[in-house]
Amino acid sequence: MSLLEVDAIDTFYGDFQALYGISMAVDEGQVVAVIGANGAGKSTLMKSIVGLLHPARGRILLDGRPVEGMRPSKLVAQGIALVPEGRRLFPSLSVGENLMVAGQLGRPGPWTIERVFDLFPVLRERQHQQSTSLSGGQQQMVAIGRALMSNPRLLLCDELSLGLAPIVVREIFGRLPEIVAQGTSIVIVEQDVMQAMAAASMLYCLQEGRTVLSGPPKSLTADTVRAAYFGV
Amino acid sequence: MTVLEASSPRAISVRFSNRSSRIGMLVVAVALLFCATAPLWADRSSLRLYGEIYTYVALASLWNLLAGYAGLVSVGQQAFVGLGGYVLFLLALNSGLNPLIGIPIAGLVSGLIAIPIIFVLLRLRGAYFTIGSWVVAEIFPQVFQQIPAVGGASGISLPAAVVKSIAASRDTREWLIYWLALAMAVLTIGAIVALLRTRWGLALAAIRDNELAARSNGMDVNRTRVVVFVAAAVATGMVGSLIFLQKLTVTPVAAFSINDWTVNIIFITVIGGIGRVEGPVIGTAVFFLLRQFLADFGSIYIIVLGVVAIAIMLKAPRGLWGFLADRYGWQVFPLTRRVVFRN
Amino acid sequence: MDWLNTIVQGVLLGGLYALFAAGLSLIFGVMRLVNIAHGDIIVVTAYMAFFTTRLLGIDPFTALLIVVPLSALVGYLLQRLLLNRTLGEDLPPLLVTFGLSVIIQNVLLLLFKADSHKLQMGSLEVASWMPVPGLYIGALPLIQFCTAVVVVGGLQVLFYRTPLGRAFRATSDDPEIAQLMGLDNRHLFGMAMALALAVAAIAGTFIAIRTNFDPFAGPNLLIFGFEAIIIGGLGSLWGTLAGGVLLGVAQSVGGELNVAWPILAGHVAFLMVLLVRRQGLFPKVMA
Repeated sequence: MSLLEVDAIDTFYGDFQALYGISMAVDEGQVVAVIGANGAGKSTLMKSIVGLLHPARGRILLDGRPVEGMRPSKLVAQGIALVPEGRRLFPSLSVGENLMVAGQLGRPGPWTIERVFDLFPVLRERQHQQSTSLSGGQQQMVAIGRALMSNPRLLLCDELSLGLAPIVVREIFGRLPEIVAQGTSIVIVEQDVMQAMAAASMLYCLQEGRTVLSGPPKSLTADTVRAAYFGV
Repeated sequence: MTVLEASSPRAISVRFSNRSSRIGMLVVAVALLFCATAPLWADRSSLRLYGEIYTYVALASLWNLLAGYAGLVSVGQQAFVGLGGYVLFLLALNSGLNPLIGIPIAGLVSGLIAIPIIFVLLRLRGAYFTIGSWVVAEIFPQVFQQIPAVGGASGISLPAAVVKSIAASRDTREWLIYWLALAMAVLTIGAIVALLRTRWGLALAAIRDNELAARSNGMDVNRTRVVVFVAAAVATGMVGSLIFLQKLTVTPVAAFSINDWTVNIIFITVIGGIGRVEGPVIGTAVFFLLRQFLADFGSIYIIVLGVVAIAIMLKAPRGLWGFLADRYGWQVFPLTRRVVFRN
Repeated sequence: MDWLNTIVQGVLLGGLYALFAAGLSLIFGVMRLVNIAHGDIIVVTAYMAFFTTRLLGIDPFTALLIVVPLSALVGYLLQRLLLNRTLGEDLPPLLVTFGLSVIIQNVLLLLFKADSHKLQMGSLEVASWMPVPGLYIGALPLIQFCTAVVVVGGLQVLFYRTPLGRAFRATSDDPEIAQLMGLDNRHLFGMAMALALAVAAIAGTFIAIRTNFDPFAGPNLLIFGFEAIIIGGLGSLWGTLAGGVLLGVAQSVGGELNVAWPILAGHVAFLMVLLVRRQGLFPKVMA
């Protein structure tokens, strides 16, 4: 049984349908990538999984138990955490406070503030600074660390590479295996297709709210991915 | 999506009316005829009640213009009601002119006073604007109580001679005031409808729907607000002068009563439908019906009104009229813009 | 010495205004809600203090042990059952709390008539201390002022040093993300309102002791609290204390000039500050 199973969900913004029968599965310890152009529905899919949007039809199962329609704070308690697009740290909280506030839920697990500092040592020396004073890459580290503080079983990362220099992106992606090693599964949503394909063992490509391609990256050629991505 | 061709600008036009609004205007015309002839068929106390109803319709429509369209939730409009009353009384007592002349002057003075007030209040945003407007309005009774020239705390009354100068016979006087109240309500609503059909109306609708977007589209939101606030103050001052002309006496407590001129008005507008021209009219009808039935229970009717207003705000925030209009597509006043394509 | 006396009395009175302001400011800070009924709620707690003291035969300070937790519970329920449903747009919270204000006043009128009430404190009420000749410091105003300093300081510690305060600030920054970090906004807003009403209850008890109060006393309390917030600068807790003190001094000096002027002088001080510095005198330094 998969850790997360998304089964044919339709999600709407008011009257506008953004997702059409999307399905995906994430196994324990797996890294799954979701790619697609702007407006393909990637962020909508993330919002549906974390409970910010509720699908009109279809099911979302965590460990085989339905979780669709649950409040976001409940889903965090169930073990789903999000690194939101654009990082969205709490500006009036220090770096350390940003991490601690997410750990307040008290879900047991391997991640503590010390372990997060071990993962991203630069944060230890900056823990008392305002989060807004950090560089983009460091802010992204705080955002990942903050999500980890709730000890998730499933970590959703929305556009990790957005606005970051390639070297910083590589550094951050280089940390993902350590997170997986702690027993956490990861879903990465990316526009940086190469980075996503390198990191994941399963790939889904969305286009206009529909899944147009899925499979292990190794089985896909660059041409088929490009065709699915751009819809040509 | 249809693309408009720039080469043929005359191929489109904007139409406001629809079948519902044509029926609506017919109903309004019949009702107006009925109201205008009331002195012929209604007794004196009914006439007074109707006059009071019209002033409430006017005040509620003006508050609705501020809160429902311009995003200015004022709880200080009683300042202009009372000011209008005082201006009319002072003018009538000291000038020897017909007191009716005082009505437009009251509007003018209210408008002038409103200008500095709105510039100060616009420094506060949202709910803080609301409490700020309350503080400013609180200053008025405090000041008027201190000035012996306006009768201090005991206020002033119009002597019989001045009252008689409006018109010699009591009936003529009361009819005149009745028609003025009716005219005030009709003109207020008419002016609001006319305003909403202009570019200013479009700007107001944009501010109401999304202030940020309106700003980023280059609208001077604050200028629109200043204009609307001052215009509303002019009209509120005129209505206020008429209200106290009916009462023949004015005191600081009655003139600047937040309960009479703001609490009731807000409940009326919320119940009838905020942000709809029809709302205040429907709300006033509900308010007076409740008041007639519950008058014997003292403050209970205010409590009932408050509970109803809260329930409506939670369950049907567009009010009774908004609920009906959304459901059945009704509109009495031709306000919905529709682009019409001509061949 | 008269003037020194006037100013000192104003400062002590300002502590009370800071208590009005702190609850109001806390709610706005956490959930961007301006509670128009805040003054009326303080009056309700004054009645609670009055009747607890009377019925149980205890002194008002002991009564706080009952009135404060009870008010906090009422606040939590009020937020969870009613006010949480109004959040999200501008108009509903404003108009619902406005309606609530009018309802509270008229329910109090039904229950207790328009008569004014006041708690008697016996000797403490007249006890005073004269550090220099001509300067009288009443025991009660002094207790009230010290309480205000302790409450504001306590709120400061709670906001900046505790997990609950951290959660309040996170929710205030970004309510959507706060939920995604496991914080339940509905519960947090309930806690904030509980805290605000606990502070209101302390203020209400002092009101019951020091002055006559009646069902319609609330709007003025709201306005004083609001003026203290604007004078002090939005969003800063120590600023509300400073704002309360300045308002108290303005009223006290105004009253010294003319018996009828204290409230008017407060309004004028508020308008002056608004004209000169729209962000208040002690704006919040941190974002």
